[in-house]
Order: sequence, then C-alpha cells, then structure tokens
Amino acid sequence: MIRFEEFTGVSLVDKKANSSMHWKMGTGQGSMKIDTISYLNEVGVLSPTCKHEIPDTSLLKMYRAMQTTRHIDERAITLQRQGSITFAMSALGEEACSVAGAAGLEEGDWIFSQYREAGILFWRDYPVQDYWHQMFCNAKDVNLGRQMPNHYASPERNIVTVSSPLGTQIPHAAGTAYAMKMRGDQKVAMCYFGDGTTSEGDFHTGVNFAAVRKAPCIFFCRNNGYAISTGLERQFASDGIAPKGIGYGIHTFRIDGNDVFAVRETVARARKICLDGEGPVLIEAMTYRRGAHSTSDDPSLYRPEGEDELWEKRCPVLRLGEYLKKQKLWSDAKDKKLLKEIQEEVTKAIEVAKATPKPPLHTLMEDVYFEIPSALQEQYEELKRLYPGRD
Amino acid sequence: MALMNMIQALNKAYHQEFARDERLVTYGEDVGAFGGVFRVTQGLQKAFGEARCFDSPLSEQGIIGFAIGMALYGMKPIAEIQFADYIFPGYDQIVNELAKMRYRTGGKYSSPVVVRTPYGGGIHGAHYHSQSCEAQFLHTPGLNVVVPADPYDAKGLFATAVESNDPVLFMEPKRIYRQVKTEVPEERYLIPFGKAVVTKQGSHLTLLGWGAQHHQNMEAAKQLEEKHGVDVEVINLRTLNPLDRNTIFESVRKTGRCVIAHEAPKTQGFGAELSALIMEHCFLSLEAPVHRCCGWDTPFPHTLEHEYLPDSPRIVHDILKLLNY
Repeated sequence: MIRFEEFTGVSLVDKKANSSMHWKMGTGQGSMKIDTISYLNEVGVLSPTCKHEIPDTSLLKMYRAMQTTRHIDERAITLQRQGSITFAMSALGEEACSVAGAAGLEEGDWIFSQYREAGILFWRDYPVQDYWHQMFCNAKDVNLGRQMPNHYASPERNIVTVSSPLGTQIPHAAGTAYAMKMRGDQKVAMCYFGDGTTSEGDFHTGVNFAAVRKAPCIFFCRNNGYAISTGLERQFASDGIAPKGIGYGIHTFRIDGNDVFAVRETVARARKICLDGEGPVLIEAMTYRRGAHSTSDDPSLYRPEGEDELWEKRCPVLRLGEYLKKQKLWSDAKDKKLLKEIQEEVTKAIEVAKATPKPPLHTLMEDVYFEIPSALQEQYEELKRLYPGRD
Repeated sequence: MALMNMIQALNKAYHQEFARDERLVTYGEDVGAFGGVFRVTQGLQKAFGEARCFDSPLSEQGIIGFAIGMALYGMKPIAEIQFADYIFPGYDQIVNELAKMRYRTGGKYSSPVVVRTPYGGGIHGAHYHSQSCEAQFLHTPGLNVVVPADPYDAKGLFATAVESNDPVLFMEPKRIYRQVKTEVPEERYLIPFGKAVVTKQGSHLTLLGWGAQHHQNMEAAKQLEEKHGVDVEVINLRTLNPLDRNTIFESVRKTGRCVIAHEAPKTQGFGAELSALIMEHCFLSLEAPVHRCCGWDTPFPHTLEHEYLPDSPRIVHDILKLLNY
C-alpha cells in the first residue's frame, strides 16, 4: 500500500517560487525524491495553486499567536539568564508549525506536543498568565511545579502535558486516536515531534500501531535540522522523515513548515483523511531551529556561519506579515501596536507569576497514586516535621 | 464454586469484566484469535469483537505506550506482555510515563492501565522465559505490583486491578498456571490490594513469599512441621506495592525470626527491602538476622534451574540453620 505516487500526483509545490526550499538529503541510490508543498513564498506572495478558504480573522489570529509565541520565548530566555526561571526553550523560526498546525484542527481534536509548540496554546486562546505560571513552576503551574518550564498543558483545550523523554507521546497519540475511533468520536489526535525523535523506537512503534489499527492520528514532524547539536546527516541516511511514513504504509506529506498556508491546509487535509477512515497521516514540515536547543546549549559551537541568516529570510512570521500587508489586512502601525500590547500583557503576567509562591508542601506527596497510601503518608508526616508551618 | 487452574480463573475473570465494562480493551502479541500463548484471553475476541481484543504489532514499548494513550481518553486497556523477560523495551514507557502520568501532569491526567505478564522460572525457559523482574518495577513510585499465588487470588486481584485508579503491573506466575487448582467462586469478587494472607499460622518463624514461590514455602513449612517439629508461619503477600506491612510486622514480632524467599537474584531483590523494613520496625523482637533465601546472583540458567531456584529443600535447610543462630 505505498502511497508515494498518490502523494506526488497531488503535489502542489510551486517549484519556481520555492526552489530554495528543497533540502538535500539522502544521497543513497534508493532515496526517494519527495516534493515539498509550499504556497507562500519568502516575500509573502501566495501561489495561485492555493485554493484556501481561511477567513481573514483566522489569518490575523494566526499572526497574533505567532508573534505572542516569539515574544514569550525571547522573554523566557532573558528571565533564565537573569536567574528568575530555571530553564527555557525557544521555538524561534518554527512558529508556523505549532500555530498553523493547530489552526488546521478542530477544537475537540487532541494535541500531544513536544516542548517547541507553545503556539498551539495561543491559537487555542490559552491565557498568557497561565503560561508564565508554568514557566515559573509555581503554585499556579498546571503541573504544580513538578516538571521543568516549557512542559505546558491545557486539558480543557485538549492539549496534553509535555513530557521530557523524546517521542514517548507518539504511541500515546496513537492510542488516544484509536480510542476516539472505538468510541465513534469524529476527532483526531495530532502529535508533534522533531527530526531527532524519529530515531527513537517510540516513533516507529507509534506510527506502526496507528497504521495497523487505522487510528485517526496526525504525526507532525518539525524537521528543524538539529537535535541539540546533531545535524540531519548524522541522524539518518534516509531522504528526511517522509519516506518513513511511506514505509509504514500511511499517507505522507512533506511541506514548507514556515508557510502557514501549507501547514494549515495540509493538516486540515490530513484530518479529513483520518476521519474518512484511511488511517494516520505523517507530515514532515521543513523548518529551521533558529534558536538554541535550550538555554543550556550554545549553537555557535556547531552551526555553520550564515545558516541562521539564510533562514531569517524565510521567517514564517515575517512572511505572513508581508502577505497580510499586501492584502491590506495589516500595516506597520498595527504591527507596532500589537507588539506593544503583547509586551505589556507579558510583562504584567511575568510580574504576577514571579510573585506567586512555590507549590505547597503537600503537592510533593500527592498524585503519585490516586490516594496517598499509608507508607507514603508516613513519609509525608516526616516531611511536615522537617518544614514546620508549611502545609 | 468450581475447581479451576489460574488460566481458567483469569479467562473467566476477563469474560466477566469485559461484559461488565465496555471501556475494557485487551491486546498484545498473539492475544486475539489465538487467545495468547498461554490462552488466558481465549474466546474473548469471538465474544467481544476484534476492536476490543486484538493481536498487536510485536513491540512491547508500543504495547505499553498505546495503552497509555487509550487510558488518557478514558478507556481501560489491559495490555499483555507475552513474557516478563521481554518487558524491557517497554520499560521507559512504564517507568517514565505510565507510573508518573498523574504526578507529572499535576493530577490532570492519569493512565490506569493494567499490564499483565507471565513471569518466573521452573518451566525450562532459560534466561529469557524465567526471570522475576518485580524489583525493577517496585523501585518506581506510582505503580502497583500484584502477584497472585493461586487461581482464587488471580480472579479476585484481576477484578481489583481493573477497578484500580492507578496503573497495575499484574505478574502471573506461569510455573503454576496449570499446576495449582483451587475452588474459585463463579460470581465476581474483589481481593483488596495491600492485604496479605496468612496461609499457615505458626510460632517459630515467619516465612514470606509471593507467586509460585509461595507453594515452595508451604511445602517447606509442611516438611519442617512433619520432620522437625518446627512451626512456621507462612504469608502470601499477594501485592508487593501496596505492601501489607502490618501483617508482616505483627507476624515477625510474634515469631522473632523471618525468612524471605524469592526466585529473583538475592542482591537488590525485593527481599532486601523487606529485610530493611523488618529491621526498622521489628528490631527489638528479632532473635536472629532476617534471612533471604533467593535465586543466586547469576542469570537464570537452563539445565541447572532447580539448583538455581530456592525450592523447598533449600528453604528447609536455611530455616533449620537460622533456628540455631
């Protein structure tokens, strides 16, 4: 059931406008050449092949969510450098994957993310304040301070809590999608991960389980070129990630991950494929991690000179901004106003989060089990004796 | 009541639970039409459909991870790992995801999956069909570890595992899958977690065990009584986490001596934890050091498995020695 032909047959690549989007990967004789779907070029010109029906309000909302994501990432890095928070990760340059990906879904769909997809939260109207409570891991953190920063979640928005081990969420998403199918719910599970994660067993087994059980699951890989310092050529010998989806017998797309139109339209299309009972879909989004892996990383040690500058020009946020301006939906003045609004909201939220106390002592002992068992209760009593006056 | 072996008791429990709760799903390698290599799931697919009982791809990490995802969405998966020796590709999913789900999500999500797996030696299975890996999971907060010692235990503990709000590792002693038969009630019943059972009262020494080992312990107690006039109290722990500390401590305070027997290698086995607990809580009652009678610190052997296992003659030997301490 190889669907390679079907994929190339419907490829909508505007090759002329986006020739620079083609990554050179896979030099082996058997490597497949898979085209990249791209609609919006680097100067904000939309290909006429793109017959989208995205309302202007959604485009503007995507732009706002992307700008919000970019700004909170910048602020988080500064706060980490100042010692206010322990750790931070940035999605700089990859904001279209999260925001436009979530925009291609419906509200009831579940999202299993990694840690570079904060944009899904802002697309789903997650309060900026709650984001900062999580980043400060304080008493109001959704995880009660039990995980590191950037491990966000919003159960009420069907956004499942991030976990640090790479790829563990992939079979989870497959299982959730199968449960959706068993219950007859018209929903899908979407699962984000990066290029490095595709080397983990969880990627292979998760995709295979979903494929065999025809679970309505969208596997969204952000191929951003790096797993911390390890580049693609040291990660796999295949032509990127897309051939792996084909190998597992599922519908597969490769897209320009910095193009909100390509991302949103492909996710929406994948969703339909899933709900039509055709099984899971793999999307490989070509993007670039412009920031460091995390605040513990130093990309100057391994990143070739000029690479970031090249990708700065392909910026997904600027590209959408240019398009909106050409459509007379946006202006520099509006941009300035938006950035000021976001900045003020974030500054206020950071102050509140900073002033919020640490989680109470009992959160150390609760939720290991449904109820605290007697043996753990004994340890809890001991803990309370060590910290008198704290609950 | 009917006389059943453990396979029959588990199979009966499966059918009852599946009829009772439509959230239940079970799968694993060869679990579907074939009914599992030990036939525990026999007839389930026919009775409840392929969507609820199916053969999975051959991947333990996938089996566990997929179950977690289903549980997050409100299903109640019972995942079978064909042999406990093969559970390790799923170790990360069990230790880092299954056991921590409620905690790391601030109580927003939980994954109360039941993972069933046959374990233990005595069936000529060599390294990879014989190991007792319970200690490797007992070191993980958040995971209940349950080991039935007979068909009655198996059916009642299975029903409790299905009802549990926490993940359960349900370890089935395959050596006695068919060997031991007990009367098993037809109707559904629950055996609570964290309640050990004193299967033989005694005054000279407390002998702790679980799973198939419990029967070796009972045999040793019988020999000691008949041939040596020694009165051993035998406890079947049933669940290792939660652990019934009170029953253990009360018994050891009464007898003043304790032997712990398990098939797993001695070093860092669960016996070490039990021994430490008894030392902490029963120190002033002890007449002799707590003794462990366990598998040797070697990989599980093939031809010499009886020389490896702490079967009844070795337990008798060790107890007689300890009584003369």
